[in-house]
Amino acid sequence: MGTLPRWNGRGNTNDISSALSPLDLLIFLPILAAVAMAFGAPARTTAIGAATLNLVIGLWLASVFNYGEAGYQFANKVARTVLVSPEMAFSVGIDGMGLVMVLLTVIVTFAAVWVKPAKQGSEGMYYASSLLIAAGAMGAFVARDLVFFFAFHELALIPTFLMIGMRGTGNHKEAAWKITVYLGLGSLVVLAGLAWLVVAAAKGGAMTFDMEKLRTAAGSIDAGTQEHIYLVLLLGFGVLISLFPFHSWAAPAYAAAPAPVTMLHAGVLKKFGLYGLLRVAVPMLPLGHSAEWIQHLLIVLLLGNILFIGLVTIAQRELDMTLANSSVMHMGYIFLGIVSGTDIGYAGAILLMFAHGVSIALLFALSTAVKQQTGTLQYHRLGGLAKTAPFMGLMFGMAAFASIGLPGFANFAGEVNIFFGGFANKPAHCLGWTQWATIFALWGVVMSAVYMLRAYRAVFKGEPSPVSAGAADMDSVSRLPVLTLVAALLVVGFFPGTLLKAINPVVKTLAPASR
Amino acid sequence: MPAYYLEIAVVVLGLVLLMGEAFTCARRKRLVGYGALGGLALIFLSLFLVKPHESGDCPIWQFYADDKLALFYKGLSLVCTCVVLILSLNYVPVLEKFSARAGGGPAIGEFFCLPVFICAGMMWMASATDISTIFLSLELTTIGFYVMVAFMRRNVGSLEAGVKYLILGALSTGFLVYGLAWLFGVTGKTNLAEIGTVLSSAQVEKTPALFAFALILVALSFKVAAVPFHFWVPDVYQGAPTPVTAFLSVGSKAAGFVVAGRLVAPFLASPALGTTCGALLVAVAAATLLLGNLAAIPQTNFKRLLAYSSISHAGFLVLALSSNGGSSDLTPAQIIAFYMAAYLGMTLLCFAVLVMVNRTSGSDDLRAFDGLHRRSPFLAFAMLIGVASLAGVPLTAGFLGKFFVFIAAAGSGQWLVLGIAVAGAAAGFYYYLKVLRNMYWNAASPAEAPAIPVPPLLKYTIVGLIIFTVLFGVYPQPLLGLLK
Repeated sequence: MGTLPRWNGRGNTNDISSALSPLDLLIFLPILAAVAMAFGAPARTTAIGAATLNLVIGLWLASVFNYGEAGYQFANKVARTVLVSPEMAFSVGIDGMGLVMVLLTVIVTFAAVWVKPAKQGSEGMYYASSLLIAAGAMGAFVARDLVFFFAFHELALIPTFLMIGMRGTGNHKEAAWKITVYLGLGSLVVLAGLAWLVVAAAKGGAMTFDMEKLRTAAGSIDAGTQEHIYLVLLLGFGVLISLFPFHSWAAPAYAAAPAPVTMLHAGVLKKFGLYGLLRVAVPMLPLGHSAEWIQHLLIVLLLGNILFIGLVTIAQRELDMTLANSSVMHMGYIFLGIVSGTDIGYAGAILLMFAHGVSIALLFALSTAVKQQTGTLQYHRLGGLAKTAPFMGLMFGMAAFASIGLPGFANFAGEVNIFFGGFANKPAHCLGWTQWATIFALWGVVMSAVYMLRAYRAVFKGEPSPVSAGAADMDSVSRLPVLTLVAALLVVGFFPGTLLKAINPVVKTLAPASR
Repeated sequence: MPAYYLEIAVVVLGLVLLMGEAFTCARRKRLVGYGALGGLALIFLSLFLVKPHESGDCPIWQFYADDKLALFYKGLSLVCTCVVLILSLNYVPVLEKFSARAGGGPAIGEFFCLPVFICAGMMWMASATDISTIFLSLELTTIGFYVMVAFMRRNVGSLEAGVKYLILGALSTGFLVYGLAWLFGVTGKTNLAEIGTVLSSAQVEKTPALFAFALILVALSFKVAAVPFHFWVPDVYQGAPTPVTAFLSVGSKAAGFVVAGRLVAPFLASPALGTTCGALLVAVAAATLLLGNLAAIPQTNFKRLLAYSSISHAGFLVLALSSNGGSSDLTPAQIIAFYMAAYLGMTLLCFAVLVMVNRTSGSDDLRAFDGLHRRSPFLAFAMLIGVASLAGVPLTAGFLGKFFVFIAAAGSGQWLVLGIAVAGAAAGFYYYLKVLRNMYWNAASPAEAPAIPVPPLLKYTIVGLIIFTVLFGVYPQPLLGLLK
């Protein structure tokens, strides 16, 4: 299964559309909108229009998706070759995991473009950059060709650099350099790993960048080489995901960046590294993924994310730094799901990728609103905001509960799957590394509760502080993106099956350890 | 039409222009430039009429190759020369200021004729398959450059650059001749194919052959701006007139690499010498990558920055040259040709913007770019594409070039150099993006600096280069297809 690209699962094959795919629209609408802005189209209207259209297309794709199938859907049937040998083509398609990422991207993008810029001037650059970041993430998630998979992700690099430098706050110039050089280095390491993978799979013969063909060809790579390529990819993707100890770029950049960049970056783009592990490293290098020393290394590092960064987060005294660090910390859970090697662990990881993306975007949207109203995010100057801005308080409370992982929100569904998955991967008699890791990781939930509830209390509860007293609640325009994100969290939280039925068939092709 | 008609046409064009220049009045010297541009454009079009020769009985084919690689580099030289001429036409105010005669007005006519002769030399280099023609064509380009680098005779920097280029160029010529003499001594042949046969035979004498290789490598590294002969690069790039710097950076390097490819191939193919020669090349690549990227980091002058960037790109190209490839799909010659074409687009973009900025501010410093996105969004965007491609950001041609080099290096298992290349490319993200910082983050100083108007011809050239850089970054087949 899964080798034949199909228009959609209902066999609705239409000849006219054979070279095109609806996924192309998802990539090129934002890019075209950005180009239109360069030629003078009204920036905010164009951006919102493109993002809304994309949201509609994304939801439509989810409604016609064939959930029983593990292979690629909505693929272009005629190959769009850009290079004959080695074989390189601009081919797109999504499986269940791709669908989840597409939904995440359209939802977060929709929310992000609604947020109004904090500073006046160059609106065009502001919205165009946001759309380019979104288009880059989208392109990476739907690509079926390794080169485009990698290339689209980097489309975000320069817009991020420019946006943080031009419109950031605080120590933003240093943060912009840090994120750019870190991510540049990380992606080059990924690139070297991918080059090695392609060469090793070709064995001196014809090279291909097609992911499905590559997966078949990569099966013949010997175990030692697989382990080394996996390690290179893990390090490279690890930098992009802010895996401990390569995480130090993330928190300052998220705290300094303008709201849409942070929402898109922390919510969507950072998932590219995880998606890459699940799309490339795990299925193509199974012997590397199951190698014991790599598993042990990854477990140590992910516990660094959960426990060490968890403590770092508790020590923060500002809301944006708390949120930024918590986003780094939560990556540890997703790694735990990946390292578990079980169906349920993988499913939880993918679910949490979605949930975390939505919840962190929501939290940053709210923290931006707090900052716009009060002018500060320092805990000791804030307080009692729930009295003057009750809607904001309610929404922040829900976002905080989601982030902690309370039942009813999507994050809970993801985390509980991951913990079950981590525990299910057990050796015969005693607790193995993964079980111990799960036991330690559970304490992360406690830490999340500590810092999120403290943030909630410091900002929203108690008597209104001087800066909170004059604050107004969110207007209806800024309520819309927040409500969208909360709705996504609740729907998936109450009905995780909506996403799991897409995820499960894919997961079964991923997890050799469980059978 | 046989391929050598092209060189003849270019040389004739140069002579006609020189003659015409003598009869053009001092204020109309630009006409010479337009003449050169038109002539070269016609010759570029006639490149597509060239048919490969059928019988090899004419002696010229022992000295002259008309394979696809040669035609590709001929096209590259012609395009590069045309763009350099367009840049020169926009650089006229600066040239006139610094090239006044002792008692009279400015003398800039030759500035438009010399590139034509240099172009002829580079096109010939692309076809040279005999050590005598290699030497001759190399000198034809180098001597033209001696004059052009020092053209702004009232500018101390230009004169200094001219002297440095002359002395080091003469020294490297000495190395080259000495190396070629040893090569002839070892093999008794001048034709590269015959040299290859002798080098691959069992009775080749290793030590003198390696000595010849080392000498030739040193001389070639001068042409392509690689370690250990890179010392001239920053000073000459900074001092030379900007269009000449662009020409040196792209044309001279491209021609250098096609000759390097042809000269190095017999050594690498030889069973007795291949390993040692390959190791030497890898060492050169590693040193060049390290030096170019590390030294570029602290630069504050954009021309010097581009000079070190030129060195670091030479490192990537030498790395490709040294690899025996992971697959038959992508030979080192193809990778280098693609990389050179990408390099042409992105480097000329940067120099085109630099010419305009330099014309208005009189400075090559990074600070001259402050607030450029307000003064000219178009130029700032062109520079953005240029530096993104130089840094290797995907969806630009520069990325694919780097990626192919990574593949070649991974295919021949050179992990250490690959590591250095990755680290160097990451450093590139820092030093290339510095100019973006100046253009987009910083405010213009003084705040009300005037907008920079871009003349139409240059505008279309820049648009063409942007399309070139992005198109071949997404769709490389047309370019790589030319070589198969």
